[in-house]
Amino acid sequence: MLKTKLMSGLAGLAAGALLLAPAAEADTLRLLTWGGYAPENLIEKFEAETGHTVEVTLSNNEEMIAKLRATDGGGFDLAQPSQDRIAGAQAEFGIYKPIDLSKLDAALFIPSMLEATKANTTYDGKVYGVPHVWGTSGLVVNTAEASGVKDYVDLCSDDVAGKVSYRLKRPTLIGFAFSMGLDPFAAYGDEDAYKEILSKVEEKLISCKPNVKTYWTGGDEITNLLRSGEVVAAMAWDTGGWKLNAENSDITFVAPTSGALGWIDTFALPKRGRADEAAYAWINFVMKPENAALVTESAGNFTASKGGDADVNAELKARYQKSFPQEAIDNIKWYPPVPAGLEAFEGSVLDRVNAAN
Amino acid sequence: MNASGKRLTLILLMAPLLIWLVALIVIPHMEILYVSLREKVGVREYEFGFANYMVFFNEPLYWNTFMRTAVMSILATALTLLIGFPVSYYIAKLTRGRSKTILFLLCLIPFWVSELVRTYGWMILLRESGLVSGFLQYIGLASEPIEFLYNDAAIMVGLVYTSMLFMVVPLVTTLDSLDDSMIEAAYDLGGGGVSVWREIVIPHAMPGIVSGCIIVFMLSLGNYLTPILLGGKDSLWFTGLIYSQFITRFNWELGAAFGMLLLVLSSTIVWAGLKLSGQTLTRTVGR
Repeated sequence: MLKTKLMSGLAGLAAGALLLAPAAEADTLRLLTWGGYAPENLIEKFEAETGHTVEVTLSNNEEMIAKLRATDGGGFDLAQPSQDRIAGAQAEFGIYKPIDLSKLDAALFIPSMLEATKANTTYDGKVYGVPHVWGTSGLVVNTAEASGVKDYVDLCSDDVAGKVSYRLKRPTLIGFAFSMGLDPFAAYGDEDAYKEILSKVEEKLISCKPNVKTYWTGGDEITNLLRSGEVVAAMAWDTGGWKLNAENSDITFVAPTSGALGWIDTFALPKRGRADEAAYAWINFVMKPENAALVTESAGNFTASKGGDADVNAELKARYQKSFPQEAIDNIKWYPPVPAGLEAFEGSVLDRVNAAN
Repeated sequence: MNASGKRLTLILLMAPLLIWLVALIVIPHMEILYVSLREKVGVREYEFGFANYMVFFNEPLYWNTFMRTAVMSILATALTLLIGFPVSYYIAKLTRGRSKTILFLLCLIPFWVSELVRTYGWMILLRESGLVSGFLQYIGLASEPIEFLYNDAAIMVGLVYTSMLFMVVPLVTTLDSLDDSMIEAAYDLGGGGVSVWREIVIPHAMPGIVSGCIIVFMLSLGNYLTPILLGGKDSLWFTGLIYSQFITRFNWELGAAFGMLLLVLSSTIVWAGLKLSGQTLTRTVGR
């Protein structure tokens, strides 16, 4: 009896020693994330500080879910889907495991954003996501040539015919619905009402198709189209607009009058991830203000880190303030969680728009 | 070597091929077939049924997209043959020695870079601010930038370019095996240019033509990158539909059904092509 107690005491001591020296149990953190969220200098700092190594795979929302679904939540230790895409994916495919909030330093997060994300990513009473980077999508406009574009529906006006681009994805459906005076988020829970909204948006997008140069699929593609002047107004992310603004002051991000669409990318743990300790260490590490500033510098978006915007360079702040006066911030439409199965109707709408002539 | 030893040798020699076929072709297709027959009725609830296949036949969009893909692939195959045949004939019959090797190599070189790079090359040429548009303005034929990208013609150019090699190689091989003296004999016996081609060259090259056409047709039908990148907003292609069902719609069941339909329908078209041209698979591929 005494011997067992002694043994467990020793084991506890050893475990304590290991915790004090994290380098002793170095793991490889396989991170599934977006471009710019894990810059090289940040990874080097993390590896030097903790001894863990980081392997980065770049992806987007749909691919993240598809990848994790294909492996049943394996192959990665930490993923960064948007907050609205977690609960539905968890309900359908069960690809994440709950987050142990006691392992995170809640003081590092902006409280309101942390609470909102926790609420939106709760499934079956458990929290599956905490916030990391946030931003908006709206309009990137070449103001010298398309100053009339103030809202999504203006992309369909004759002045910009043939010089417009947007994605054929769900944010486009949502954005157009809002700018047509409809409220798709309110109809999320009501299938029939949502389908009715979608059918109106479908009609609009089909009639708007001759205006479109091409449906863009990647951030670099739309940046190139705007830079070369082949496209003068597009539905795109805020950072893309700010990056172009640095090169050409005519091009900038415009928050649409019906409201920019706000997203928050999160941290979520894939179900069969193997390096949870390293994952928690990474979250606590990147949420520190000085590290969060590095992410903002490379991704161009602000983070949910408390005080993380303090060290950000003044130019980016100025662009942000110009695009977002207070009323535009208040008007941001934050994505509520997407109910499971909604993507199937949206998909058939998008297919029909793609096929229309 | 005794009989059982021979059998063991045969089994060992066959093993890599069998493992390849079973593990990478047969098992995944069984899995896809199984997924395609699952009907989604609710969150994490599935039933056995043919609903996914019915979607294809009931929604004209999907059916039309398949037809469009098939027709454009057939057209691309015909164009590739039309351009590829004279080239192959020239390489096989009209050049000798080193220049033959060099010409053949020239056809091969573009395939040393990946398809993605080749497609982006076409995008640089054809886009509104691209080389072709710029050149036309420079020589005064156009007064403003012209967009050549994002239409069916651009897709066609890309498909023909991408599959040219796969037409040229089988054609050169079959034409090489045609003895020059046969053509000379045909002329000696009073044949004209057209009748020599019709009676001697084309019948001899037929197996090469058919196998080249099968490969090019299948490659075009299954191509994803070229139609999506060069076609832009009008790039409706069946493989693109499959991709979007799997990746952006999370609808693996429908995507799997589309995959099986693509396999069946494309095999039917190839079979019909073989019947129409009076060829058999053993005669064309077996040579």
